Amino acid sequence: MITLLYLFLEFFKTGLFSIGGGLATIPYLNQMADRYGWITHQQLGNIIAIAESTPGPIGVNAATYIGYEAYGLVGAFVATIALILPSVIVCVIVAQMLAKFSKSKVVEHLFRGLRPVAIGLIAAAGWSVFKLATAFNLQLSPASFIISIPALVIFVVFLVAMQLKPLSKLHPLVYIVIGGIAGAILQL
Amino acid sequence: MFQLYFTFLKIGSLMLGGGYSMLPLLVRELVDKKKWTTEEELLNYFSVAQCTPGVIAVNTATFVGYKLKGIWGAILATLGIITVPFALIVLIAVALSSVWEYQLVQNIFAGVRIAVAALIISAVIRLFSKSIKDWFSVLLCVAAFALMVFAGVSPIFIVLGAAIVALVWGRVKP
Repeated sequence: MITLLYLFLEFFKTGLFSIGGGLATIPYLNQMADRYGWITHQQLGNIIAIAESTPGPIGVNAATYIGYEAYGLVGAFVATIALILPSVIVCVIVAQMLAKFSKSKVVEHLFRGLRPVAIGLIAAAGWSVFKLATAFNLQLSPASFIISIPALVIFVVFLVAMQLKPLSKLHPLVYIVIGGIAGAILQL
Repeated sequence: MFQLYFTFLKIGSLMLGGGYSMLPLLVRELVDKKKWTTEEELLNYFSVAQCTPGVIAVNTATFVGYKLKGIWGAILATLGIITVPFALIVLIAVALSSVWEYQLVQNIFAGVRIAVAALIISAVIRLFSKSIKDWFSVLLCVAAFALMVFAGVSPIFIVLGAAIVALVWGRVKP
């Protein structure tokens, strides 16, 4: 029961403070993996992959999955509703003054500052998934870890491919499937 | 009213990979087929949805639902968009927990995580080159990264701190 309360609070916070879409929820999910036993960091990496390759918003998918792992079907439901509740409340309020909101100087200033911070936070989440994906015997110290060379090579190939013109248009699912096949063949 | 729910149910089950993939689907369903709104208005909602907290797809659904049918419209549209993804993820979670012991499954996911890391970093590169244009933004972005990775500061405090800095900076240098 107390788990449900924590699930609700954590996902409500995530919904309220993640700005810039589903990827922006990852830093908060990462923090949950640190603090609670609901999921491991490894599982979080899997969840992001599953969320990217199934229909629906990434943040919602992740909430459902983590909620399920923490407290079964009820947990999935509570986490999902908690994540979307702040959005719905804020958006209904904003919808009533939409014209004012989109022309407001304060909002403009706020987002000029919040957007780069959201990108920095997503980068930090990307860094932790990178460590997880390429390290052997992961010790969760921030600075030092031993990199597995095959994993690093695959990472670099993927990253370069994603920046090149025709390949950058490919759906994320394509990369996820290729990654899975490589993982099975090379026994990563 | 239920048409609203089922339209968003359809959009929720067709959108793959996050809020940005939602826009073309919304245009097709809401503007071309149902004629509930115009493309221009939709784009307006979509850009505000990116500046409000939370998941972009949920925000957009709330806006469109609210504009069409008030508060119940907002709730139904939002529930519509999450119904199918919710059911699907629960099924996957159940299935995955029963095959997780197999070495093959773990190897596959080890490879998948590499792809995910590359996808996130790639998204960061894209967002950075698109929306970071001055030194103030570079500084904020790097500071947020460093505070989280090296100092382990909670993202909530980083976001709140940035909001204050941004408001003050907006007054000093409009």
